[in-house]
Amino acid sequence: MSELTAPARPGASPARTDRPAGPRRSPRSLVKPLLVAALLVFLLVFPLYFDEFWLRTGFAVFGAIVGAIGLNLLVGTTGQLSLAHAFFLAVGAISYVYVSGESGGLGDFQVSGLGLPPIVGMVVGVLLAGLAGLLFSPIAARLGGIYLGVASLGLVFIGQHVLNSWTSVTGGFNGRAAPPFELFGFSFGSTDPQLFVLGVPFREAERLWYLGLVLALGAYVVARNILRSRPGRALQTLRDSEVAASVMGVNVQAYKARAFLISSMYAGLSGVMYALSIGSVAPESFGLLVSIQYLAMIVIGGLGSVGGAALGALFVTALPLVFQLYADALPLVTGVGGGGLAAGEAARYLYGLAIILVILFEPAGLAGLAHRFRRGRARPGGKVTRPPIDQSSTSGQSTNLSDRPAQGSNPS
Amino acid sequence: MTQFLSLLVNGISLGTIYALIALGFVVIFKASEVVNFAHGSLLLLGAYVIAVTSDALGFLGAVLVGVAVTAVAAVLVERLVINRLRGAPVISLAIVTIGVDIIILTELVRRLGSDILNVPHPWAGESIRFAGVGISLNRGVAMVVAAVLIGLFFLAFKYSNWGVAMRASAEDGETAALMGIKQGQVSALAWVVAGVLAAVAALFLVGSPTPGVSPTVYAVALAAFPAAILGGLDSTGGALVGGLLIGIAETLATGYQDEMLFLGRGFGTVVPYIVMLVILLVRPSGLFGTRELTRV
Repeated sequence: MSELTAPARPGASPARTDRPAGPRRSPRSLVKPLLVAALLVFLLVFPLYFDEFWLRTGFAVFGAIVGAIGLNLLVGTTGQLSLAHAFFLAVGAISYVYVSGESGGLGDFQVSGLGLPPIVGMVVGVLLAGLAGLLFSPIAARLGGIYLGVASLGLVFIGQHVLNSWTSVTGGFNGRAAPPFELFGFSFGSTDPQLFVLGVPFREAERLWYLGLVLALGAYVVARNILRSRPGRALQTLRDSEVAASVMGVNVQAYKARAFLISSMYAGLSGVMYALSIGSVAPESFGLLVSIQYLAMIVIGGLGSVGGAALGALFVTALPLVFQLYADALPLVTGVGGGGLAAGEAARYLYGLAIILVILFEPAGLAGLAHRFRRGRARPGGKVTRPPIDQSSTSGQSTNLSDRPAQGSNPS
Repeated sequence: MTQFLSLLVNGISLGTIYALIALGFVVIFKASEVVNFAHGSLLLLGAYVIAVTSDALGFLGAVLVGVAVTAVAAVLVERLVINRLRGAPVISLAIVTIGVDIIILTELVRRLGSDILNVPHPWAGESIRFAGVGISLNRGVAMVVAAVLIGLFFLAFKYSNWGVAMRASAEDGETAALMGIKQGQVSALAWVVAGVLAAVAALFLVGSPTPGVSPTVYAVALAAFPAAILGGLDSTGGALVGGLLIGIAETLATGYQDEMLFLGRGFGTVVPYIVMLVILLVRPSGLFGTRELTRV
């Protein structure tokens, strides 16, 4: 796994050390904050200009971003291949509808619920998903890399069985409705209280958009902080070599368990958001395909990169919905019941192909492409100081070469 | 008692089919270090081709074509994707096969729709009875054919040039390459063998008591993953034992599900995964898998 993120760094670090570290800010360091600010403003005013379809797609994407960031912490950063993500999503979603939903139902289809405030349901969903991850982590910690991938596959099927059988909580095969979200009396599911911003009525879709934006941003910031802190570096070392990590004093079992805990808590929140976005939960929404979709997101976005996970989530989640919308305009794609490809199928082909192409040609994913683009742009400015860099890098390489046997001797 | 015996025999027959699939899985892992998540969709491809061509070519012709197509598809995956990633991390290789799986499976599910295609086995609908123990003729034939194929496979694995070359490169790829063993060839051949085994397994998996070729066959084929894993990913003998174990456990759980209703209907399909998790907890590298040793 070390190859996935490594290539980007050696090129970047000599250029950075070469630049005088004075108070003069280079134009590049200003570009990034400006871009981030522009993106934030765009996301904030988005509901004022776009209709409900885009807002609902947006909320689904925000939910997927949270889930993808969580899976990326586990697979991309810690190097633990997990296909169980759908299971943890399910735990979050079902806990939410159970804790916040009302008891009731028709005839044989009785479901029970606690009827607590939705925020409690959301917190419980996140916590229970985390607990499920923690419970699975002893198995995970014992299993070496690839065995874990297949073992986690089992969790999805066991989860599906439980969801289908435990009808009083999950509603069984038909699923059950998810209660709308509500915070301190402000409902995200209805138009009460009425709210207008710049003449635009804020209905469910607009409200959910902001809820999703806040949650996704929070998830992003937390994940980035984790990665840049001591535990984050421990997890990365764990991915590159468990032996090296334990020699450095990283408690391998404990950190693996923590990675699972955090990742499944993210999944739990994502599951709650999924329930809110669809308005109901059914067992079939948490099958193997969902796990694979999340894996596709983080691979396409770039393993180990938080921003990449967000990009990948956007790509995989929005693609089928957008295909659906433009079914008439696109070649090969037709609407439901047409002779050509259905939108969902066309999207599946595309991200299946994208996974293969990414692994073959750009293992760092979309994040890697972005990085390459930035480096390409930065080069002209640093041209004057190019020869010394080359020299230092070649001398660095020769020392690297003599270092290599020591580095590469960790047996796998 | 007769019910138990009958379930046991049926379990063994299902187990031999699983063993065929799991063997292919293990061979691919030994030869190219790939955990092939596309194995299920390759199997479904074989079943689909057999079902579609059987009208025009007759049963035997269709089987030959189905086996050939699956083997070619497997080798194409190896040549076009896996071979270019030699030396990549195991997880990347596994993920890339998931990409392949998505594409093949989407195409097959699209073509199948909600139809159930029928494969005209000459032995369809008949069953054998012996001392009160019944088994569908399809499963009986499956047992015999699988036993022959598995026997041939182990002989080839032990004595043929390919088998020796493959064991050598699985043991130590670099040294094997220095001895003049072409890694690419060994790996490509392994994928051919796996494709053939998967297609044969598909042939029997879509016969009685399963209704025919439908996307659910993919889910059944997935149960061979636990079989391969619990035997130990790099152990061919383990695949055989794992297949039988999973087949028997699943059939018994399905047969006695009325006594275990508190576990929910359709519990049988989950049993392979539960057995796998329990065994992996005790032995993390499977029953016969090589323990990963780390030397510092």
